Amino acid sequence: MFAWLYESAAVADAEVRKLMRDPTELFSRAVQPVLWLAVFGQVFSQVRGIPTGKLDYLDFMAPGILAQSILFSAIFYGIAIIWERDLGIIHKLLVTPASRGALVLGKAMAAGLRGLVQAVVVYLVAVALQVDIRWEPLPMLTMAAGVFLGSCIFSTFSLIIACIVKTRERFMGIGQLLTMPLFFASNALYPLELMPGWLRVIAAFNPLTYLVDVLRSAMIVGGESAYSMPTSFGIMLLVFAGLLGLAARLYPGLAR
Amino acid sequence: MLTADLAGPPKDAAIATIALSKRYGHFQAVDSLDLNVARGRIFGLLGPNGAGKSTTIKILTTLLDASSGSAWVAGFDVAEAPVEVRRRIGYVPQLLSADGALTALENLKLSARLQGLRGAVRAARVSEALAFSGLEAAAGKLVRTYSGGMIRRLEIAQATLHYPEVLFLDEPTLGLDPVARRTVWERLLQLRQTKGMTILITTHDMEEADVLCDELALLHQGRLAVTGKPDELKAQVGAHATLDDVFAHFSGAALDHGGNYHDVRESRGTIHRLG
Repeated sequence: MFAWLYESAAVADAEVRKLMRDPTELFSRAVQPVLWLAVFGQVFSQVRGIPTGKLDYLDFMAPGILAQSILFSAIFYGIAIIWERDLGIIHKLLVTPASRGALVLGKAMAAGLRGLVQAVVVYLVAVALQVDIRWEPLPMLTMAAGVFLGSCIFSTFSLIIACIVKTRERFMGIGQLLTMPLFFASNALYPLELMPGWLRVIAAFNPLTYLVDVLRSAMIVGGESAYSMPTSFGIMLLVFAGLLGLAARLYPGLAR
Repeated sequence: MLTADLAGPPKDAAIATIALSKRYGHFQAVDSLDLNVARGRIFGLLGPNGAGKSTTIKILTTLLDASSGSAWVAGFDVAEAPVEVRRRIGYVPQLLSADGALTALENLKLSARLQGLRGAVRAARVSEALAFSGLEAAAGKLVRTYSGGMIRRLEIAQATLHYPEVLFLDEPTLGLDPVARRTVWERLLQLRQTKGMTILITTHDMEEADVLCDELALLHQGRLAVTGKPDELKAQVGAHATLDDVFAHFSGAALDHGGNYHDVRESRGTIHRLG
C-alpha cells in the first residue's frame, strides 16, 4: 500500500511541476467561468426566469460554474496522455515495476490539485461579482474535497477515452461531444425539481450532479444540497474507484 | 501447454524465446522466433522496417502480449511474471521517452521513484546517473532545451538507474550526429564492462552493429533469417563482405519494402525530435 502511494505521489509530483511551469492554461480556462458568471449569470439574475428559492440566481449558479470549469478542464486531460503516448513517455513508465493503478492515480491526483487552483480562480471571479461566499473552514474544506474528487473523476474518465480512441483528432471530437450533455444533464444551471422526469433520471447517473450538489451548500450562504454529504461523496468515491479500476486495465494498451 | 513452457529457458541465457509469434489480424509481425542471448553480451537485432524488431522488443519488455510461443528475460517468463521482468530490465524506446517539460534531475528522480529506489540510495543513484550521462552542469535545465545526444544519454541513464540485468534499446542512435552516436556507444560499452549488463539493441546502422555487437540476429518478415557473430556472418557471404552485404544478402527484396506508413512516420518523428 505504501509503495502504491509512493508511486502515485511520484507521478503527481512530476505532473504538478509541469503545470506550475506553464500556467497559461489555467488563465485561459478562467475565461469561460468569467463569461458564464458575468454575462449569463447577471442577465438571468435580472430575468428571474429560473426559480431558485431565496437564492439570487448568480449565487445559485456560481457552484454550477465552478463544477463546469472543473469538468471542462479535466475532460481534456486525455489529450496530454495521447501526447505522452506519441512521444514514448508512457512506454518508459510502463516498463517500470510500478503498479498501473498507481500510475493512473498519480495522474488523477495531479488533476485534482489543478482543480483546486481553478477553484481559487472561480472564487476570485465570484467575489468580484459579489456572490455570497461561505468562508467558514468546514465548508471550504468540503468544497476543496469535492473539487479534488470531481477533478479526479473527470480526468480519469478522460484518460479512459484516450485509451480507447488513441488519437488526438478523435479525442477532440468525443471530448466536445461529451461536455455539453454532461453539463446540461446536471443541476449546474437549474434545480433538479425543474427538470422533466427523463432528464432527472439521467442527472441521477451524472457524477457532475453530485459535485454541484456538494458545492451548492459548501460554497454559498443559504445554499441547500438535495442529497446528504455522505450520499454525494459516497457516490463520487464509488464512481472514481470504478473508473480507476477500468483505467488501470486500459492504460497499458496505450503502449501497444 | 506448449513444449516451450515445459522446456523452460536455457540456464545461462539473459534472453530466450522459443517459437515466439505475434499476429495482427492477417499480418504476421513475428513468426516462430527462437533467440538465445547469453548474459553479458551486446546483441543486435537487425532488419528492415517492418521486419518485427520493435514488436519483439515490446514483447520482451512486457509492453505487448505474444500471440503464441514463450519468452524469458533475466530468467522470468514475460507472460507469467511480468513484474519480475520489469524489475530486472531497462528500456530506451525509439520514441522520445524523456519528458521535455521536466529537467534532467526531475526525469531521473521520477524514474528512480517508479523503480522503487528510496532515500540515500536514490540520491546516490541519481548523482551517479548525472555523472554517467555527463549532464551535471545541465541537470537543472528543461530537457526540451537539450541536444539529441544529451537526450539519448539521459534516457540511457534513466533506464539504468536500478542496475538492470538486461537493457533494451530500440534504434538508440537514430537521428544522432556521428559524435553523439560514438558517445552513446561508449556509454553502452561502459555499462556492459562495469555492470555486466546484457544489452539488446535494434538498429539499421551496420557500423553500429559491427562496432558494438558481439552477436547479431537478422530478421526478415518476422522470421529469423540468420544469427551469428559479425565476422562469421560476413564470412558466410563472401571473402571481403561487409555487414551491408550481409544485410542485403539475407533481407533481399525486403530492402525496397521500407516499412509501412506508421514505421516511416515513427522513425522520421524521432529523427525530427532529436535532430
